[in-house]
Amino acid sequence: MNKKLKQSIAFATFRLLGFLVVGVLFYILGFIVYNGAGVISWEFLTASPEEGMSAGGIFPAIVGTLCLVAGSVAIAFPVGVMSGIYIHEYLRNKWVARVIRVMTNNLGGIPSIVFGLFGMALFVQAFGFGDSILAGSFTLALLALPLVIRTTEEALKAIPGSYRAGSYALGAGKLQTIFRVTLPVAMPNILTGLILSVGRVSGETAPILFTVAAYFLPRLPSGIFDQVMALPYHLYVIATSGTDIEASRPMAYGTALVLVAIVLVMNLLATATRLRLGKKTKMD
Amino acid sequence: MKWSRRFVERIIEGLFTLSGGVTSLIILLVVLFLFREGAGLFTSPSLEKGYTLCVHASNLTGEIDAREVKRIFDGEITRWEEVGAGEMTGEIDVFHASELPRVEDEAVMPRVLEEIVGGRRGIIAFLPDEFLPAGESVVKRLAAGRVTPGDFFAGDEWQPTVSPAPRLGVLPLVTGTLLVSFFAIILALVPGLGVAIYLAELAGSRARGWLKPAIELLAGIPSVVYGFFGLVVLVPFIQEVFDLPVGESALAGSVVLAIMALPTIITIAEDAIRGVPRALREASLALGATRWQTIYRVVIPRASSGITAAAVLGIGRAVGETMAVLMVTGNAAVMPRSLFEPVRTIPATIAAELGEAPSGGTHYRALFLLGCILFAITMVINLSAEFIATRGQGKGEGA
Repeated sequence: MNKKLKQSIAFATFRLLGFLVVGVLFYILGFIVYNGAGVISWEFLTASPEEGMSAGGIFPAIVGTLCLVAGSVAIAFPVGVMSGIYIHEYLRNKWVARVIRVMTNNLGGIPSIVFGLFGMALFVQAFGFGDSILAGSFTLALLALPLVIRTTEEALKAIPGSYRAGSYALGAGKLQTIFRVTLPVAMPNILTGLILSVGRVSGETAPILFTVAAYFLPRLPSGIFDQVMALPYHLYVIATSGTDIEASRPMAYGTALVLVAIVLVMNLLATATRLRLGKKTKMD
Repeated sequence: MKWSRRFVERIIEGLFTLSGGVTSLIILLVVLFLFREGAGLFTSPSLEKGYTLCVHASNLTGEIDAREVKRIFDGEITRWEEVGAGEMTGEIDVFHASELPRVEDEAVMPRVLEEIVGGRRGIIAFLPDEFLPAGESVVKRLAAGRVTPGDFFAGDEWQPTVSPAPRLGVLPLVTGTLLVSFFAIILALVPGLGVAIYLAELAGSRARGWLKPAIELLAGIPSVVYGFFGLVVLVPFIQEVFDLPVGESALAGSVVLAIMALPTIITIAEDAIRGVPRALREASLALGATRWQTIYRVVIPRASSGITAAAVLGIGRAVGETMAVLMVTGNAAVMPRSLFEPVRTIPATIAAELGEAPSGGTHYRALFLLGCILFAITMVINLSAEFIATRGQGKGEGA
């Protein structure tokens, strides 16, 4: 009986821990939503910050983040997908494959502030982009790259060899097989990686600190060499160093809620894509 | 027709190959750029950029190292006998550039400097380069010391903007980073492991079906949001509970980092636990062990390498985390003595100071070298996690 009792105690503890962790998650989310919901309004989303960022809205920051997300994904997605294709479809040398895999994992593990330093040294200074959307997008693309590569690889791995064999048997070449058979089938899972990297990129602060982010710039960018405000940096600024921290608290809650909402939506979207497109390709 | 198509195919395949090497190339570039800027630190003058230390021409003291310069200007060293090899005696007369008189015409500055230095034999003056008199003069320049690796790696003071001789010792930052990260993992490991066991062994498919996405979501929340949450909820809470003068402390940083490291630990540990072959579990159960006995006597020991990898990667995550830590730890660059004091970590230092450090200067290079240290630490952590995990797999094949 004793060991049964031990088991129940242990299992109850684990169950409790599981719900505790989820409880923490919901507490954080709930706290942000509860305090931020009252701030969100049409004006908050479409106006520029005013009065030392304690009033007005966050429109320039939203636009800035959109620019950065679009830019970095436009860079990271094609390169990442091609890289994934190479690793899974072409690479036969086990040793090289291993090196590349280790490198990709390591790139994913490099702290984002190091990317910030690197982006500043390479894109801002060596390439002469200055503090600009271009420099920021390249820097953020470095962060998204491992994510895209890994999901592409996983997606390709999940495709049964018989698909490829069938295509070859019909006389298709390697590239034809990749573009007509492998990629279309793998697309839903690859898109999941794309969407997840959008979520990741939109929340990163450290890489954009020295490559693009502007402290206060209440106008929209006119080109890729412009600086922009960005949501995560804006939140950092108004939470820690605004002219009147207490007065700008509501703005901070609102900004945090918008950021969290973007991440939530992206996560849901990724799941939905996986389910929806996955079903469709199966039916075809 | 066919020929040109082959050509296009070759180009596309070439692109694939190039992209395949892109991650390795980026890592190479990161190493190159970081270390190039960072290594420049040891050829940089230990004084503030654009300034020189000068003495009276009759003063024979050769070189004064950065530590002594600081102590002289702090008033801790007051006599010339205490520095150099005793070539000079008498009271030290300190003069800082900020005491220079304002002049209408900057062209007269060199003469003003000569007057100041000429009239005070025991002077040590910290003067801007541009105004130093050219040629023979009563103003003698002291050879500028360089920042030495010893100063940097073993120095216990980080005061990069102190004039005239900034102190660039990384020990307080390294200690702060390690303290905050390790305590975070200690906080996160037990709950993380518990949740991983629950998810892998106990949870029904329905509970698992929504717990796992929820935990992945926890990983997706931007670090600046965690930092903000920590700032408005955790920091005041800690201040009140422990009755501290300020709530921004190593403890606050550790708690926030623990929450942030949880998803990493849970996901990897769960994978490791699930990877334990079914046959082992069944054998144990068939011998009459309860499920719990099976878990902690068979499954966990078997998954230990994966679990270790989870903890190691969790530390890696914590060491490199920037924004959240920057917002809640209070950022005092002093040697941490307890968890309840403000500390400053390496990433937070870079984030807070790079914007103000003049490009190419000593401080700027020191921050890049900090980046190198951080890069090296995380690289070692990632590689060892990989090594630990694959070694575990190897054992699995043999068994």
